[in-house]
Amino acid sequence: MVEETQKNETQKREVVVPGEIIVQGDDFLPGDGTKKQEEGIMALRYGLADKSDNLVRVIPLSGPYNPRAGNVVIGKVVMLTEGGWVIDIGTPKTAFLSLTEVPMYVNKNALDEVMDLGDMGIFKITGLGRLGASLSIKSGFFGKINEGIVFKINPHKVPRIIGKEGSMIKLIKERTGCKVTVGQNGVVWIKGDEIDKELFARKAVEFVADKSYIEGLTDKVEQFFKDHGIEPSETETENKENSEENKSDEEKKE
Amino acid sequence: MAEVKRPDGRKKDELRDFSGEVGIIPNADGSAKYKSGDTIAVAAVYGPKKMHPQHQQDPEKGVLRCTYNMNSFSVDDRIRPAPSRRSKEISQIVEWALEPVLLIDDFPNTVIDVHVNIIQADAGTRCAAINAASMALAHAGIPMKDMVSSIAAGKLDKTVVMDLNKEEEDFEEGEGPTDIPISLTQKGEITHLQLDGKISKEQLKEAIEMSKKVCKDIYKEQRRALKDFVKQEE
Repeated sequence: MVEETQKNETQKREVVVPGEIIVQGDDFLPGDGTKKQEEGIMALRYGLADKSDNLVRVIPLSGPYNPRAGNVVIGKVVMLTEGGWVIDIGTPKTAFLSLTEVPMYVNKNALDEVMDLGDMGIFKITGLGRLGASLSIKSGFFGKINEGIVFKINPHKVPRIIGKEGSMIKLIKERTGCKVTVGQNGVVWIKGDEIDKELFARKAVEFVADKSYIEGLTDKVEQFFKDHGIEPSETETENKENSEENKSDEEKKE
Repeated sequence: MAEVKRPDGRKKDELRDFSGEVGIIPNADGSAKYKSGDTIAVAAVYGPKKMHPQHQQDPEKGVLRCTYNMNSFSVDDRIRPAPSRRSKEISQIVEWALEPVLLIDDFPNTVIDVHVNIIQADAGTRCAAINAASMALAHAGIPMKDMVSSIAAGKLDKTVVMDLNKEEEDFEEGEGPTDIPISLTQKGEITHLQLDGKISKEQLKEAIEMSKKVCKDIYKEQRRALKDFVKQEE
């Protein structure tokens, strides 16, 4: 058993629990979620141990979303203040959207005309302060969400939903014909022509999130679409317009 | 010195069948179940989230808040489901046992809620609660420097034994029973120790040494449960 895991270490990342020694000796430097101890490098949280170059870090599988500057997130307005909006983006600390970060004229006495309590929106994190993240909606891509469905997944599975260079999300978009936007905080916004299509796209996203540890995930997702009677040949032509639309959206995003 | 024969025929340092499982509550941020014989504890972790009421917020670090509850159907006679003096005490004990290993300085003004429910009780519930809560906290991705394993050590008449069950707890011969719940980190540091009864210094030392040995097995089970949770999805 022990030998087996050691053999796979080079290709596979091993699951570690807090307090476990990942590597012994001084060959590696401690990265995120680890600490240097006398015996070696110790994991400080539950996750996958990643050893690349000479750095050891723990990739978390669970826990709160850790905001970083530049992240695109989807959040909900929870409070209106004098100077802007307080947004819940799923972090323990709240996020703040200042009036100065809104690219339009806003009546200071009627903030709710732009975004009211309970409204959802797409934001960009511009910086992290002591009180939390500061947000911006300066760009056409960002702003209030008016239609579609919004739901939450595990934020640590977002990279899997997007896939390598956006391959997975592109596949989902093409097959379902919906516009899918994934916030780094694990909130997903889906907008399609019909509610059934939106719900199916949600099912697909949740399928990917659920099976995120499986190797060859793209094939599994292809199979998932096949099982639900969606063949690439039929849909590819049908959704050509949509996918082109999505492409332009993605360009906007960048 | 005649040694006491345990009612279920176990050896002095033999535990009841124990097992752990994580990820049993889909809506919680982290969850775990720990079973020791007929004692089953289920723990759910929510947070870190903003602390309410606001006056309990700590601007320097996060706060751990544990709630221990015995379900009314967990024992033979139905117990009243309202919070009792006993459940309040054990909630505090669970909190104190786990706090030393948590690294929650980076979550000011927040609270991490741990709810432990005992769905079946056969003595040693606080230890099962601590074991389950420790796994659930790790599963929730809370930074910790170690795991905590807990064992209900005890003394029956003059014999130090591990993992008492209800029948042994009610043992009345000789010096009677002594309960010594002990919680240890994997490195052998004691985070919690209680003592209810009579025991000599030497025998207490013996109980601690024995606990250190058996807690290693409990830690292995906790680790296995956490590791298998990911494999399950592969």
